[in-house]
Amino acid sequence: MSTTEATVEEKDRNFTINFGPQHPAAHGVLRLVLELDGEIVQRVDPHIGLLHRGTEKLIEYKTYLQAIPYFDRLDYVAPMNQEHAFCMAAERLLDIKVPRRAQIIRTLFCELGRILSHLLNVTTQALDVGALTPPLWGFEEREKLMVFYERASGSRMHAAYFRVGGVHQDLPEELIDDMEQWCEEFPKALSMIEDLITHNRIFKQRNVDIGVVTKEQAFEWGFTGVMLRGSGVPWDLRKSQPYEIYDELEFDIPLGKNGDCWDRYLCRMEEMLISNNLMKQCIGLLRENKGPIMTDDGKVSPPKRGEMKGSMEALIHHFKLYTEGPKVPAGEVYTAVEAPKGEFGVYLVSTGQNKPYRCKIRAPGYTHLQAMDWMNKGHMLADVSAILGSLDIVFGEIDR
Amino acid sequence: MSINDDLKELADHISNGIDSDIRGSDISFGELTITARADRIVHVLKFLRDDSLCRFIQLIDLCGVDYPERSQRFDVVYHLLSLHNNTRIRIKCAVGEDETIPSVMNVYPCADWFEREAFDMYGIVFSDHPDLRRILTDYNFEGYPLRKDFPLTGEVEVRYDDEQKRVVYEPVKLVQEYRNFDYLSPWEGAQYVLPGDEKVGE
Repeated sequence: MSTTEATVEEKDRNFTINFGPQHPAAHGVLRLVLELDGEIVQRVDPHIGLLHRGTEKLIEYKTYLQAIPYFDRLDYVAPMNQEHAFCMAAERLLDIKVPRRAQIIRTLFCELGRILSHLLNVTTQALDVGALTPPLWGFEEREKLMVFYERASGSRMHAAYFRVGGVHQDLPEELIDDMEQWCEEFPKALSMIEDLITHNRIFKQRNVDIGVVTKEQAFEWGFTGVMLRGSGVPWDLRKSQPYEIYDELEFDIPLGKNGDCWDRYLCRMEEMLISNNLMKQCIGLLRENKGPIMTDDGKVSPPKRGEMKGSMEALIHHFKLYTEGPKVPAGEVYTAVEAPKGEFGVYLVSTGQNKPYRCKIRAPGYTHLQAMDWMNKGHMLADVSAILGSLDIVFGEIDR
Repeated sequence: MSINDDLKELADHISNGIDSDIRGSDISFGELTITARADRIVHVLKFLRDDSLCRFIQLIDLCGVDYPERSQRFDVVYHLLSLHNNTRIRIKCAVGEDETIPSVMNVYPCADWFEREAFDMYGIVFSDHPDLRRILTDYNFEGYPLRKDFPLTGEVEVRYDDEQKRVVYEPVKLVQEYRNFDYLSPWEGAQYVLPGDEKVGE
């Protein structure tokens, strides 16, 4: 056989298949074009953008208040963490200090969001490799957390609860009590899920030594969050660049050793327990710290309903704030928060108008998904869904 | 003020190292911004990544910004993060509509999708990018949606045609004009003729 014939034959053996866009393990609308040699993956070409809604363009045409709900719709698994980044960006431009109670409430709900996101991710990762029960158990806890969302903001998911200058409403005392009770019960529920998955033989066979990421690769490819910590890099924005009240709280950061899918899973499990503990600390602080939950700067925060009944000035302020919206001084800032999936950043350019001139949303999943090609090279077809599951991607934030 | 002093020191160090490649630096809101020459961007980023005092080993974000009134209308903005020094830095390069900017994929591989996105959204061309395809918009999409002169409503809309049994693209038809409020107070010098004032000058 001549060499040319051999190469032709080799070419013929490569097989191209479509994975998604409608595939339960694609975690949304992802189309992967896979090039296979037998069952070995040679090349992955992710086609994204099927959920592109033009969020950044829309924000350029909305006031700062109207822009907040768009952030709920990015990573819709942990909505408030996104709002947080945007509010912090606007606050830095406006030079506003957020009252202490609002800071505690924000931290409380950020940690709640982290549990929401990790619960979904670890259990659906188990689903991706064939276990059906974990998601059902995980969603039971998620349901309880979403009720807390609803009782605080009025909405189960798209909360729009964090506002520029604070949070929208104060938490009722009963809600804080119920959250505390939930915090007591959650570790037990989590350990049941852990019993089900962590040392399960099939789960380990499908995840240990799959999708290994070295430190250098994690740096090169812009990995953040668990993807970075799973490879043993001690980097967490809550520790290294603390915002709100994180510098007062006590917590550790779990690190992985091998950077494989199983390590990332273990990190997330551990982070949930830590977040649970952080929530308890925040609840303790909330009991001690009563006070305003919104800045008293009348140019940013709306007046109280009672004031509006008697004061003309308050009425004018209210009208101006809900039609024109606050004007934000010119300048540009980049703020980042440690969202459950990694570093979520907002690059905000203002020209002094009531609308952002440019609002670039830096989604952690975007850089992680981009790594699908080299992470999958040489793995089996069945590992694609395991690796995809461990990346923790949500298409709301990737496609924007 | 210590953060600003640190940033000042860093800015001085960078301008000592690659003075000919940068146009200026600015510290505001506690963030350092370096303006660089577009044709030297690869060199600038290599310096920032490899220099022992900088070590910005992560490219966090890359995006475009559109300023249509400028002669070089686009800014390409790079956000870098140094995990060793716990510092962030922003690099900006101005690029004209018919100019190109070198791809930085050789310095930071993760620039791949970011550059594709900037190309998709603004039409900024990154030279020697190996695979500069559109990424977020639809297959066969035309136009650059994040440019300021692209309408918010878009140019085409899709619907399923029952007769042709397929999805068809048609120009956008709005049943009512898109309501774009300017919010400018007429008492504070509006730059247009106020409603009802059309005959004032006659």
